[in-house]
Amino acid sequence: MPMSPSVPQATAGAAAQSPAVTAARLDALRGPVAPRSHDARTIAALTVNPGCSRRAVLDAAGVDKRKLSERIGFPARYGQSPFAITRGLAFEKQVKADGCAALIELLRGEPLHFDVPEHEYVDLGVEPDADPAAPVSVDRAARYERTRQLFARVAAGEALLADHPLLRLDVGGRTAYVEPDVVALSARPAGASAGMPARLYVAEVKSFAVIDGQADPAKVGAAATQAAVYVLALRKLFAELDVDPRIVADDVLLICPKDFANQPSAHLLDVRRQIAAVERQLARLPRIGALIADLDPAVDFDLAVDPPETKGEPGREHRNAAELTKSLTMIEARYAPECVTNCEMAFHCRSEARAAGAADALGRSVRDSLGGIDSLAEAIAVADGAAATAERQEAARLLRAAARAYEEASRTAPRAAEPEAD
Amino acid sequence: MAMRSGRSRSEEARAVIEAVAADLLSRAHRGVIVDSPPGAGKSTLVVELSGRLAATGERVMIVAQTNEQVDDLVARLAEAHPTLIIGRLTAGDYEVPERLAPLRGPNLAFSSKLPELAAAAIVLATAAKWALVKEGEFPWAILDEAYQMRSDGLLAVAPRFADGTALFVGDPGQLDPFATVETDAWAGSPWDPSDSAVAVVRAHNPHLPVHRLPYSWRLPATAAPLVAKAFYPFTPFDAGSDLEDRSLSYAASGTSALDESLDEAAETGWSWYALPAAHTIRTDAEAVEACAALADRLVQRRATAVDRAAGYERAVTPDRIAIGTAHRDQAAAVRAALARPDRAARGLTDVTVDTANRLQGREYDVTIVLHPLSGRRDATAFHLETGRLCVLLSRHRHACVVVARAGIAELLDAHPHAEPVRLGVPVKFPDGWAAHQAVLAHLGAA
Amino acid sequence: MSTLTALARARAAHAGRAVPITAVRHVHLSEEPLVLIPLMQAGEAAAPLAVMAGTDRDAPRLLLVAQPRNRDQRFDFLTALAELLVPYIAERREHTETVEATKNHDEWERCTDAPQLILPNPGGVEALRLLGRSARFRTVDGPYPVDPRVPLLGRYLTWFADDRAPMPGSSVCLALTSVLAQHWATGQSALEDQHLPALLSWIDPPDGMSGSEAALRAEDPDAVPPAGPSTDPAFDTGVLAPLVRAQEEARAAEDMRAVTKAEDELKAALTAQLEPTWRTMWQGIDVLRSLPAAASDLLRWQVDRGRFTDFMAGIEEGVPPQPKRPSAVAAARRLADLEAAQQSYDRTQAIDDPLVLARYRVGGEAFAGRITFVDAERQETKGKRAWPRPLVVLHTEDEVILRPGVKLASPARVNQTVRLRAVRPSETGGYEVELELQSGMGRGKTPEEGSVPLVGEERCYATFLAEQRGTRPELPESDKTPWTHGGPPWPHVPRAEDQAEDWQ
Repeated sequence: MPMSPSVPQATAGAAAQSPAVTAARLDALRGPVAPRSHDARTIAALTVNPGCSRRAVLDAAGVDKRKLSERIGFPARYGQSPFAITRGLAFEKQVKADGCAALIELLRGEPLHFDVPEHEYVDLGVEPDADPAAPVSVDRAARYERTRQLFARVAAGEALLADHPLLRLDVGGRTAYVEPDVVALSARPAGASAGMPARLYVAEVKSFAVIDGQADPAKVGAAATQAAVYVLALRKLFAELDVDPRIVADDVLLICPKDFANQPSAHLLDVRRQIAAVERQLARLPRIGALIADLDPAVDFDLAVDPPETKGEPGREHRNAAELTKSLTMIEARYAPECVTNCEMAFHCRSEARAAGAADALGRSVRDSLGGIDSLAEAIAVADGAAATAERQEAARLLRAAARAYEEASRTAPRAAEPEAD
Repeated sequence: MAMRSGRSRSEEARAVIEAVAADLLSRAHRGVIVDSPPGAGKSTLVVELSGRLAATGERVMIVAQTNEQVDDLVARLAEAHPTLIIGRLTAGDYEVPERLAPLRGPNLAFSSKLPELAAAAIVLATAAKWALVKEGEFPWAILDEAYQMRSDGLLAVAPRFADGTALFVGDPGQLDPFATVETDAWAGSPWDPSDSAVAVVRAHNPHLPVHRLPYSWRLPATAAPLVAKAFYPFTPFDAGSDLEDRSLSYAASGTSALDESLDEAAETGWSWYALPAAHTIRTDAEAVEACAALADRLVQRRATAVDRAAGYERAVTPDRIAIGTAHRDQAAAVRAALARPDRAARGLTDVTVDTANRLQGREYDVTIVLHPLSGRRDATAFHLETGRLCVLLSRHRHACVVVARAGIAELLDAHPHAEPVRLGVPVKFPDGWAAHQAVLAHLGAA
Repeated sequence: MSTLTALARARAAHAGRAVPITAVRHVHLSEEPLVLIPLMQAGEAAAPLAVMAGTDRDAPRLLLVAQPRNRDQRFDFLTALAELLVPYIAERREHTETVEATKNHDEWERCTDAPQLILPNPGGVEALRLLGRSARFRTVDGPYPVDPRVPLLGRYLTWFADDRAPMPGSSVCLALTSVLAQHWATGQSALEDQHLPALLSWIDPPDGMSGSEAALRAEDPDAVPPAGPSTDPAFDTGVLAPLVRAQEEARAAEDMRAVTKAEDELKAALTAQLEPTWRTMWQGIDVLRSLPAAASDLLRWQVDRGRFTDFMAGIEEGVPPQPKRPSAVAAARRLADLEAAQQSYDRTQAIDDPLVLARYRVGGEAFAGRITFVDAERQETKGKRAWPRPLVVLHTEDEVILRPGVKLASPARVNQTVRLRAVRPSETGGYEVELELQSGMGRGKTPEEGSVPLVGEERCYATFLAEQRGTRPELPESDKTPWTHGGPPWPHVPRAEDQAEDWQ
């Protein structure tokens, strides 16, 4: 009996592609537009639906998914309330004021009792209103260099607190810059001997509250994965400096408002699992070559618009909505209702799944309960007695039993209320 | 693998038992914890220590999770300590099982009322029964399968030994206790009632000594490394036997795919019986039939299991075979397949078929496992749960065959990793995904 | 999810309209529920923005925080909410009935009615829980005093949202999306079912539109404002933020007319956001009322009434507010209560409703069929005593996965325990199931008239219907918590920190 391979093979007939060929094809997929680069949030998002090829291709090609979703008529509905933004900024400012005085106090105090040695606070500078996904400007490269040099000093033994460092990660052959509300500082956890070297702890400031020691698990999970991206990037930097990357701790500090006031509280999160998950996804990225090797050459997501001939007129779109949609359908998706919370293409994929009568549209547990049948029409047909293919015999029996049970129950009267006995 | 003489392994294990006994008898701590990997001699430890604690003249209470476990301990205690008076505290509708009936006598009493067992030096009952006892204090307590005991169950029992000293023994790698309702309200709380008893005891008493039994006497040398690596990554253990100690052989040969699989199992201790990829219903008839057919072939080929160290050579009869599944309906389907008239005639209805939940703590010569992810398109937390796979793959003394449809690698590869994180809840390793991946890598590869 | 429910959802998607998955309503609906729609401010833990509430669908009350950035106004808001809620609750405290003494308890007075809050969705219940938490530790004195009704409101809200809402079978505090989804299968996913307007569109679409079309339209926040507690970010950006800014500018300029104007506009904007949800809520309640009540309805509501009475008695006796985190013993008790309630609720729903019972048939935990053989004379003898043990054989087409020895019961006769003796494949297809009746036949040696089923009858048997004779374990008193669980908890001492919660 053939053994199942531990890594999905490329489809038959695909020649092994060199990275250069893959990169060229990815650029062609995107068309003459600058690529959307990754940031920590999108890298973390790689862990959310790894099985979706459609998303993988779009991300690898650097296609602006938000714009694409608008162009095909299924605009994503994301957005943050200005109140949330203001609150978040104010909280972050509060935590980081005075060389992160509040943060240091949190670490030294209950319950963490970290030993934070005397250190120098260095602000590597933040660029106002920078769009992290915009093409790299000279300033960012310079800031990355400053960051590198700073951490070289840490490697040499200096105790430092770095605010607004800029880090880099290689994501599928392209450089992604990850930054912002990360603060890294040298510290030793409670109980560590004085001889033990201080390690670097990534800190994430989030404005969702921790009430009576509990916070929204989905939000904490997302913060943990994002922090894991920073840990990986920081470790990579140290590796490049020829320093043991384990100088960056596996635990990260999550700073959140406590209860109902603005007072910050610090929580230590073990993110080893999230680090492993992100690493796994980054390691999978080169497989994109196999995915696109068999793609029809006509597939592309060129969102460019030519400047108009006459003023006031719209410019000519390189591809219209129908063409873009067709390209999308040529790449398989793995839609689940959860996609709407983390992928801009969700409404389109949902519409596609619904139109096809796919069980996926109803969610994973429904699909699971239909015995492997992925078409709703087929499920209903066999439930009502239509002949089923050989592989579907069992599922058909199950569904027929369900239909029969429902039908019989519909003809049975529910229990009448008994006279109240008390 | 280190080639050691059996004696020095035994000595190592003995040293751990002595250390546990010393910790207990010194009364320096209120509690002592012993982590016991599969087949590491937990029951032997409990039986021996019960005797030593009883020898101090102070009464011992023993808590186990199921009636079967309690009765097993009763039988072993009666045999190991024939002079001690043992009391079996039972529920009202308890019936003395056949194997215990001959032991009944002045040294083994059964009662549903604790005062009637006042003469017993050791009193055993299930956690559920102990929870109903309102009075009585014991200077010594032993809680067996403490990782499978829920913390609220412990709370109901602890007043009985709160002023004494307690020994918590269990396997941290097997299934965690569960609740039938949402327990998020207590997540991160040090006394989460749905947490395991050991987890809560350690959260409140972090300085209690923790010992680990070092060897699995059950798992063969072909299995211990994989089980240890996949399910106990930070607390590995070794097999208590050498490769050449054990063997599995057949009196008859065969050429079918089933036979190839069984041959491989005899040779390497494992086999992966693969079926073509498909998304199926849970009671996938092809997979169910494969499990039953493998057990059937084992019996038809008159398999013999030899353990030179333990000194046995015996036929692998149906009662020494177990088939493990994730779901009850799968177990029912396999049982039905074994009940086919020709198979029943060969005695195959004596094969144990059960879910992981019910196979915990049990041991067989050869096991067949219907992989929890076989035929699935998506994995859920239930199917990925580490403890489930660990129990299924750690029941055997000689060989284990895994039946699975192709496609598990793809499923794991596509599995979303965005997990919710609850503050204050310690991260458990390995996570189910990693454990499944480790097993697949070792067994699934050609 | 049961295959039956999955198939129902498939049919709903195909038909464009929700499919009922129950025959009766398993949630009690009060004659006069209090509908409550909270809107909370984005970016804060428990900062209310507005609430639309009331018992009369034609007279909604709007409470709002006029200056969302002014945090003191939060407690004025809670005072106003208390003014609305407390009389509603007090009214139901007034009238009681006498419950006769039994061997378990003395005679006591139980309220004849209980309050019922209906929120749009679980998020709304959570918002209520947070408001309750933020309010119940406040005091009337100290550095940050509040109106005495605020901590009282906090306790009430906590009782509704934290104690009653998660309790299976309780109807005191309902999330409408959860209740509707409990009774209907839509053609969208469970995630999408949490959106109240979309969910209701599937169940009760407007004329001329299919449920799926209406649901799609309802998802557009511009067409139909979300049911809360979160506001639509576009609303915050486009309407709320400018109005708040205008208010602040007017205040700074001390132009009171402009302030009033800005406040009025804010009020109008929030009303416009909440009114559609208000109407949807009442539409949903009407739809639920159209289902006949389950047989256990009054009995379950009686339990709610009893708990309400206990709670109010506790407050009147002056018990301290619910602690922030429960103690080990309280948590264990709570888990036992929840599990027992869940088991009881699952059981009664299946007994009351053949459609619910049907789900278990496909899962293998229940089977139904026709009785083909009865031996009513069969007995079991032990010495001189004999008990009736009739044998019944039932033929079923369902897959029976149960093992001999399990105990079963039928909804037709719940108090009769039946033991499964054997299962055999039948020649005509399906299975023959051999059952032994063990109880529910009276006290004599022969079964009572009517206690044994007859040949030809259709019966359904299920494992979970057999009564579990479980006695609740003895838990130690909280002050005797053993060392395993950290010893006795610290006594609750109100701390200044609880009232402090100051802010810049």
